[in-house]
Amino acid sequence: MNDEYILEMQDIVKEFPGVKALKGVQLKVRPGKVHTLMGENGAGKSTLMKCLIGIYTPTSGKVIYQGKEVHYKTTLEAMNDGISMIHQELSPVMERSVVDNVWMGREPRKGIVCDQRKMRKDTVDLLKRLDLDINPDLKMKELTVAQMQMVEIAKAVSFNSKIVIMDEPTSSLTDNEVEQLFKIIADLKAKNVAIIYISHKMEEIFRISDDITVYRDGEYIASDKAENLDVNKVIKLMVGREMTSMFPKVECPIGETVLKVEHLQSGRAVKDVSFELHKGEILGFAGLVGAGRTETCETIYGMRPRTGGKVWLKGKEVHFHNPSQAIEHGLALLTEDRRGNGIVGLLSVEENTVLANLRKYGFPLNQKKMHDDAAEFVKKLNTKTPSLKTPIMNLSGGNQQKVLVGRWLLTDPDVLVVDEPTRGIDVGAKAEIHSLISQLAAEGKAIILISSEMPEVMGMSDRILVMHEGLMTGIIDRKDATSELVMEFATGDTVNTSDDAAQPAGKAE
Amino acid sequence: MENKKGFDFKKFATGNGIIWLVLILLVIFMEIGTGAKFLTASNMETLLKNESIKGILAFGVMMCILSKGIDLTPGAVVALVSVVCASLAQKSDASSRLLGAGNPLPTFVIVVIGLAIGVLIGFLIGATIAYTKIPPFIATLGSQLICRAIAKMYSNKPVSSLTESFRFLGDGKVGVIPMIVIVFVIMFLISYFILNKTRFGKNVYAIGGNDNAARVSGINVEKNLIMVYVWCSLCAALGGILVAGRTGSSDPSTYGLNYELDAIAAATVGGTSHTGGVCNVPGVLCGILILGVVNNGLVLLGVNDNMTNIIKGLIIVGSVVIDMRKNRQKV
Repeated sequence: MNDEYILEMQDIVKEFPGVKALKGVQLKVRPGKVHTLMGENGAGKSTLMKCLIGIYTPTSGKVIYQGKEVHYKTTLEAMNDGISMIHQELSPVMERSVVDNVWMGREPRKGIVCDQRKMRKDTVDLLKRLDLDINPDLKMKELTVAQMQMVEIAKAVSFNSKIVIMDEPTSSLTDNEVEQLFKIIADLKAKNVAIIYISHKMEEIFRISDDITVYRDGEYIASDKAENLDVNKVIKLMVGREMTSMFPKVECPIGETVLKVEHLQSGRAVKDVSFELHKGEILGFAGLVGAGRTETCETIYGMRPRTGGKVWLKGKEVHFHNPSQAIEHGLALLTEDRRGNGIVGLLSVEENTVLANLRKYGFPLNQKKMHDDAAEFVKKLNTKTPSLKTPIMNLSGGNQQKVLVGRWLLTDPDVLVVDEPTRGIDVGAKAEIHSLISQLAAEGKAIILISSEMPEVMGMSDRILVMHEGLMTGIIDRKDATSELVMEFATGDTVNTSDDAAQPAGKAE
Repeated sequence: MENKKGFDFKKFATGNGIIWLVLILLVIFMEIGTGAKFLTASNMETLLKNESIKGILAFGVMMCILSKGIDLTPGAVVALVSVVCASLAQKSDASSRLLGAGNPLPTFVIVVIGLAIGVLIGFLIGATIAYTKIPPFIATLGSQLICRAIAKMYSNKPVSSLTESFRFLGDGKVGVIPMIVIVFVIMFLISYFILNKTRFGKNVYAIGGNDNAARVSGINVEKNLIMVYVWCSLCAALGGILVAGRTGSSDPSTYGLNYELDAIAAATVGGTSHTGGVCNVPGVLCGILILGVVNNGLVLLGVNDNMTNIIKGLIIVGSVVIDMRKNRQKV
C-alpha cells in the first residue's frame, strides 16, 4: 500500500496494571477508504482506537494524523480535530432528547444562551441527509436500541470528521438499517472520509472493506487490501490455527420431554407461546429483535410475572415467582445483557462463578470448595484470566461470558437457556462456546438457544421455534429449515405449525 | 494462573494498605506533636472508649453503603434506644423516675428490648427502601427525623440514675480492659464474619456491585436489603445501650447527634465505596482508628474544635477521591 495515509499509528504499546493490552502495534489508514480491524476479543482493537481518540494515553508509540504527530488528551480534542468514534456500548443520556444528545457538549450558542432553534434545525437536516426516520424531539429512552445506534452514527457524522471509527455498529440493526448504514458509509467515502470499522460479521466485512488489518493477543499480525484476502485466510490470521467447523453440533439421542410450556402469557411481550423441550435437544429461538424470545424465557424463569398459561418441568407443574426457585428446580438462564445483569464487575472471577450456587457452601462458607469449583470451570472452559481473584471487569467479553457459563453449569441445571451467548465474542471463543453447548446436549441437558444470528441458529438447533411479536409462529425441524422459511415466520408472513406445537392465536397486530 | 496464598505485599500497599500507613504516620505525628503524651496507656484507653460507640455504628452503616445505599438514622436510633433503655434501668429510688414508681427491669431484658427496637426500626426502613425503591438518602432522612422526635416525645428531659448492672456494658471493666472496648472488638469480629464467611455477606457484595445480576442469580434482593438495614439499626441500638451505660443517663435531644456522620466518615475513610460493591472490614476498623487519632490527638494539641472539623472534612473528601480513582468501573 503506497497511497498516502491520513493516519499512521506506529509501535503503539498500552499497558494496564498487570496486563499488556497492546504490545507494539501498527495501523495505516488511507483517506476515503473503509479499513476494517479484525481480531478476537482481547486482541486489542477497541483499545487501539481508544488510544487514538484520547480515552487512553499510549504507554509508548507514535500517532501521526494528517502528517503531524498528535497526542489527544480528551475525546473532544480528537473530535474537534476530525476523528470521531461510534462506541460499541451505547451510553446516550436517556432522559434527554435526540437533539440534546447529538449536540451535547457543543451546543450552538446565541451569545450566552443555547440556540435551541438552530440545534433542532441542524438535527432535522442531519437526520434527513442520512435518510433516518426518527423524531428528533423524542427522549432517547423512547427509541429502540437500533434507533439509538442510528442517532449515534448521525452524531459522529455531524462532526464533519475526516476519520469515523465504527465499533460493532450493526450489532443491534436490522437488515434494512444495515443497508442504510452502508449507504451512509458510501456517502462518507465519496467525501474522502476514512472509516475505521470493527466487526465480527464476516459477510459485512467483505462487502464494505477496502483494507483489512488483523490483530491477535495485542500484537499486529498482518495488513492487506480486502481484495487479496478471504474469510478463511482472515480467520486463520485471527486465530493462528485452522478453524474446522463453526457449529459442531454433535448428533445425540433426543430423550423424553423435560420442559413443557402451554399458552404462556406475560403482559404484552409474550402473548401465546407453547412448546416442548426434550433431553439432549437444542431448541433454537429465532425471531426479530422484539419478538419476545427473551421475555418468554424470563417468564418461565420467574424473572417476569406470568399472566397466563402453564409450565411443566420434569413432569411436575411449576410456577416460578423468582429466579431462586427456578435455579433450585434445575433451570438456568444465561442472560443477553452481560454488563447489565450478568457480571458483577467489581467482584472476582471466583465470586462471579459461585454467585448462583451460594446456598451449597454451608455456614460458614466453605471457601476452599468455592475456590475449587471456580478453578474447575476456569480450566474446563479454557477461560483466560490472570487469576481467580481478578476482577471480572478486567477480562475480555468472551472470557467474561465463559465465567458466566461456568456460573450456570455449576448449578447443574437440567434445562439451560442461553440468550445470544456469542454476541460480541470473537471467532475462537465462539466456536468453543458452540462446542460446549453441543457437549452439554450430548450429556443429556436440554438447551434453549436464543439467537439473532441465522447461521448460528440454523447450525446448532435440532428444532427452531420462531416468534413474532409475542406469538409463536412456527416450529421448524432441522432437516426442513432454511433461512427463508425462518424469516417468513419471523416477520409474521406465514402462520404455521408442525410436530407437537400448539395452534397460535393468530396473526399479531 | 497463580494461586497466591500468604501475604501479597504489593496488593496490600496499593489497595487498603495505604490507610494503615496513614494511621501509623498520624500516630507518630501525634506522639511527637504532643511531646510523648499521646501514646500513654490512659490516653489510649480514653481514645478507644470514645471511639467504640461510633465505631460500632460504622460497622453497621458500612453495610448500607456496601449495598449502594446509606443510612442517616443511626444517631437518632442511639437517642431513642438509649432513652428507652435508660428509663427501664433507672434505680427504684431515683429522684425522678420517668416511668413512675417501680423497679428497674433485669439488665438482660433491657438489652433485648433495646436491640428489638433497633431490629424493628431497621426492618421498617429496609422494607421501605427495598419495596418502594425511593433513594435511601431520602428514606433515612425521614426516619432520622421521626426517630429523634419519638425519642423526645418519650421523654422531654434527661433520664438518669441507672443501675450498676446496666451500666456495666458501657462503663465496666474486665480486668484492665474497658467492657465497651470488648464489645467493640466483638462487633468487629462479627462484622468480619458476616461479610466474609456468610452467604448473606456475599449477597450484599453482589447487590452493591450489580443488583440486576444478583437478582438473575437467584438472590432475593429485597429480603437481603431489609437485613442490611436491620443490621445497621441493630448496631445503632447497641450504641444507644452503651452510651446510656457509659454516661449513666440519656438525653434524647442531644444524645447521638451527628453520630451517623462520624460513622459514615469512618466507613468511607476505611475504603467503603459509595458506588457500591466495595467494603473491607479491617479497612473500616482502620478508618475508625484514624478518625479517633485525629479527634483525640487534636484535642491534646489544643486545636480548636472547628479546626478539627476542617481537618476531618479534608480527610473524608481526600479518601473518597482516592477511593473513586481505585474503583472506577471500566467503561
